[in-house]
Amino acid sequence: MGRLRSLLIPGVDKQLLVRDAVKVMPDLARRRFIAGGASLGALTLLTGCDVVDGNSADQMLAQISKFNDAVQGWLFNPDALAPTFAESAITRPFPFNGYYDVDEAPEVDGKSWKLEVRGLVENKKSWTLDELYALPQVKQVTRHICVEGWSAIGSWTGTPLRDFLKLIGADTRARYVWFQCADKDGYNSPLDMRSALHPQTQMSFKFADEILPRAYGFPMKIRVPTKLGFKNPKYVMSMEVTNDYKGGYWEDQGYNSFSGS
Amino acid sequence: MSSLAAAESHQTVIQAKIVQPAWVRIMHWINAVAMIMMIMSGWQIYNASPLFDFRFSHSITLGSWLGGALLWHFAAMWLLMINGLAYLAVGLATGRFRNKLLPLTPSGVIADIKAALTFKLAHDDLTRYNQVQKLLYAGIILVGIVVVLSGLSIWKPVQLYWLVTLFGDYPTARYVHFFCMAAIVAFLVVHIALAVLVPKSLRAMIIGR
Repeated sequence: MGRLRSLLIPGVDKQLLVRDAVKVMPDLARRRFIAGGASLGALTLLTGCDVVDGNSADQMLAQISKFNDAVQGWLFNPDALAPTFAESAITRPFPFNGYYDVDEAPEVDGKSWKLEVRGLVENKKSWTLDELYALPQVKQVTRHICVEGWSAIGSWTGTPLRDFLKLIGADTRARYVWFQCADKDGYNSPLDMRSALHPQTQMSFKFADEILPRAYGFPMKIRVPTKLGFKNPKYVMSMEVTNDYKGGYWEDQGYNSFSGS
Repeated sequence: MSSLAAAESHQTVIQAKIVQPAWVRIMHWINAVAMIMMIMSGWQIYNASPLFDFRFSHSITLGSWLGGALLWHFAAMWLLMINGLAYLAVGLATGRFRNKLLPLTPSGVIADIKAALTFKLAHDDLTRYNQVQKLLYAGIILVGIVVVLSGLSIWKPVQLYWLVTLFGDYPTARYVHFFCMAAIVAFLVVHIALAVLVPKSLRAMIIGR
């Protein structure tokens, strides 16, 4: 496993890519957005500018994306509540989604698993699953919206993240809570503090009133109904309260880091 | 004296011949660029999770993969939105919409469709739209508004939940967005074909006369 892991470069493993390609990305050069002659040619015709240098177009797009983040942060209310639904509206079966097959999803041993807490917090103790289960929990029925466009309504039960952050004495003036996951490719994702403190943002331990199954992120998922699905990490191993933007699995590949809905 | 008068009358003739004012031409071509970028990147976004049993060929999409297409889509949206809002504002303020697109009646449309099919529809005066043109241009402005509203609701379904409610729910808003795109593409096919058939209309949209 260790050897396999060293052979896997995150994001460019062919096997993983081909599997996901059917759904999202037909191109191996994932970081090169404008690769592909026809698109390039069409764009050159359209704008009348020379954009053959793909990197400059990428840079421009990245700049606009950052600008969009700022505009969205300014324009929208980060505390707006996601609509909730009746239990009867829940999508069954709720789709499994990942950049791997369900039988390759991380398998976490709940007995030995401990949630690690790092960074700008007063109490850095690790938490066992039983300790976390003992915390007050709430249920939400909300719509999960994927960056790909599909959506599904699900029911998640767990502890509001803001209650937990309070409990561990987190510095809520810090900019991010950064989550790390059990995926072999090291899935991670940063969440801005305002969204982390959102009343509906949840450390989820149950899906549809059952202990979170492996497919949906056992032992713990972070449910953020105001963000796209890729900012709802599953199989969470640790969280770090930090002022540094540490990037994320998909964010690093070009998905907009704000990605709030 | 006589030459001066001649020059003056010559000038009036040229002014009278202006078919498309400069602001219409500039906004038209900005819109063309923005629309095509939105449509091509939108096709790539569609491919990530198709609503129907087909995907768009990679050769006609923009952005190479979902992440890149989203960056294009959310960059070009500024061009489309700002230009579109300016167009609506100027079109309403100058009375161009009222002058060009009204009156519009069902019987008039039917009469002009008949005339067109029997090759009796006149194109002598490009400044006056026939009833079919009025219907298509008014219709495409409406579709343009709906495509933006449905796009906003699938972009920000939490923030703009009331807009989503207007369309029913989130998945319905996606279908609405798709069908608006399809209507725009259908319009483009007819629009470009007719511009090629009546080249002086294309010239008017470039140099104004």
